[in-house]
Amino acid sequence: MAALEKDLAIDVTGVTKRFGEKTVVDAIDLSVRRGEIYGFLGPNGSGKTTFIRMLCGLLTPDAGTGTCLGFDVRTQQAEIKRHVGYMTQKFSYYEDLTIRENLDFIARIYAVPDRGAAVQRSLERLGLTHRSHQLAGQLSGGWKQRLALAACLIHEPKLLLLDEPTAGVDPKARREFWDEIHQLAAGGLTVLITTHYMDEAERCHRLAYLAYGRLLTRGTLAEVLGKAKLTTWRVTGPDLLTLAATLRVQASIEQVVAFGNTLHVSGRDSARLNDIIATVRDPRHSWQLIPSGLEDVFISLMDEAKDNFA
Amino acid sequence: MLKEFIQLKRDRVTFFMMVGIPLMQLMVFGFAINSDPRHLPTAVRLGDQGPFARTFVQALRTTNYFAVVHETSSEAEAQRLLQIGDAQFVINIPEDFSRKLLRGERPTVLIEADASDPSATGPALASVNALASTIFNRDLPSPLARLRAKNGPVDFRIHAHYNPENITQYNVVPGLMGVVLTMTMVIITALAITRERERGTMENLLATPVRPFEVMVGKILPFIVIGYIQVTLILLAARYIFHVPMVGSLPLLYLVSLLFIAANLAVGITFSTLAKNQLQAVQMAFFFFLPSILLSGFMFPFRGMPPWAQNVGSCLPNTHFLRIVRGILLKGNGLTEIAPELWPLLAFLVVAMTIGVKRYRQTLD
Repeated sequence: MAALEKDLAIDVTGVTKRFGEKTVVDAIDLSVRRGEIYGFLGPNGSGKTTFIRMLCGLLTPDAGTGTCLGFDVRTQQAEIKRHVGYMTQKFSYYEDLTIRENLDFIARIYAVPDRGAAVQRSLERLGLTHRSHQLAGQLSGGWKQRLALAACLIHEPKLLLLDEPTAGVDPKARREFWDEIHQLAAGGLTVLITTHYMDEAERCHRLAYLAYGRLLTRGTLAEVLGKAKLTTWRVTGPDLLTLAATLRVQASIEQVVAFGNTLHVSGRDSARLNDIIATVRDPRHSWQLIPSGLEDVFISLMDEAKDNFA
Repeated sequence: MLKEFIQLKRDRVTFFMMVGIPLMQLMVFGFAINSDPRHLPTAVRLGDQGPFARTFVQALRTTNYFAVVHETSSEAEAQRLLQIGDAQFVINIPEDFSRKLLRGERPTVLIEADASDPSATGPALASVNALASTIFNRDLPSPLARLRAKNGPVDFRIHAHYNPENITQYNVVPGLMGVVLTMTMVIITALAITRERERGTMENLLATPVRPFEVMVGKILPFIVIGYIQVTLILLAARYIFHVPMVGSLPLLYLVSLLFIAANLAVGITFSTLAKNQLQAVQMAFFFFLPSILLSGFMFPFRGMPPWAQNVGSCLPNTHFLRIVRGILLKGNGLTEIAPELWPLLAFLVVAMTIGVKRYRQTLD
């Protein structure tokens, strides 16, 4: 048991945070193993950022207990801060300092031993050496993100909390960023990352989906898809717009989404779905059963959650 | 245009400032400022208790310029009152006042004035000269009418202490130190922390192991250095450009400045915890700066203001710092003489710091 606990970088139960009347994070249980890349997904305002802030000691949970890197999230916030790297949603370094000055400042704050060497190492690893004298404010989105990552890593944290690190970053830079994250995880670093991109979600070892402050599903990609019990049909043919309009009014059909020249129709009750499809069959259309995508699953989960909680 | 009004309505602080600042200026300029201050505190050193001396003091009172608040017989006590600023004037009536008066020997009355602020003492001293010719007209009956000499029966000697030549700069330049420090210190700190929050760097800072107190100290220390640079610049200018006399101890002045700089920085930090953005921070700083310059006695004589304005002024650190600086530079005051002004400064610092730290803590969770 002790060995298992030691294996968990994050282990919290019933974590709750209220802002006034509103419960932003509602009794979340989460355990993340060391060296794992854990994807945190959910609509805007679902409580992801608040949850992360509680993990890194910025906020104190109103209820719930647990540990982060073995330190109590309620009482040992100072210890947690020392061993966690937190990358905020918004770029939050000093635009009027150069890259090197920013890194040096952060290193100084964390009291990193042999600061000069640490800064140099981090510049080299992220390929920032030749830009080290550029002001952070003049960097493009992709480079700012690199700088932020470098700054989070300078004190060699054991846990990295990344809050939408790739928002507004081009696909190539995103790919490089993820390669870097995987390398770090291979080196034993635990990463908790929030994102809205489904392709990024698929690159995580495990996922959790959050809406209205509640954890709706979690597990590996296959587990999440398997648990969803969502049936999806793909339709091709002419006049899809009219078909979509007729299907959307049906209660059992949850999603009718246009993907280019095809239409994805999904619902939780596959028998009801088949019945309805039978009524709208048109020889010009071809219907094909396909595996549900992660996005379909998440949207379905959110709709379900809305019915239950909102 | 509608959009601007809607945004203005949302930004409560700006809205408040737009109404508040004109109102404040109206109050201050309309009611508080008086360049002809009356009822100045006066100490009388009565060497002669006779009726003539009494009449004389009464005559001074009726000018409305002198409010006799102290009567003393000791020379040292009178000097102390002048030095700590409890008395603006000391009027010395010699022992042989009545005797000389009756003999027609024109007794000498020495009026010592704290002239460090010439605009405060000027009108009062002018009234003394007017008084000289008319005094005792009633009291010296016709047989003695000859005593109403053409120069008046009494010989007034006026000693303008601390600034005998009535040079305005001597008063303004040391005062400027408080004004400059108030302006820069409050604005700079109010901005420094608001900027961190506005740019989102504060969240990052809080996520690091640095404690809030350390962040505060880190923010304050550089500005203390800057404050000292300003003090030095003003002192150099005062010395070499305006030739302001520097009677007192400069190390003491530097030491006391620390208290004042810290008080202003604490105000700045409190503002920064209240302001949502940098514009609001600047507005708040301005709101603080305005009374600090107008009601502190920097621009207009403090004693010329109505009591409510004096009360407001007494709550401002600049009021006390001005007295300290002028006291040290012009009067050569030491620690004991400036002590009465140090306490309010210290109290202000503690209050502002407490509010600042309290507010700052709250913004964490």
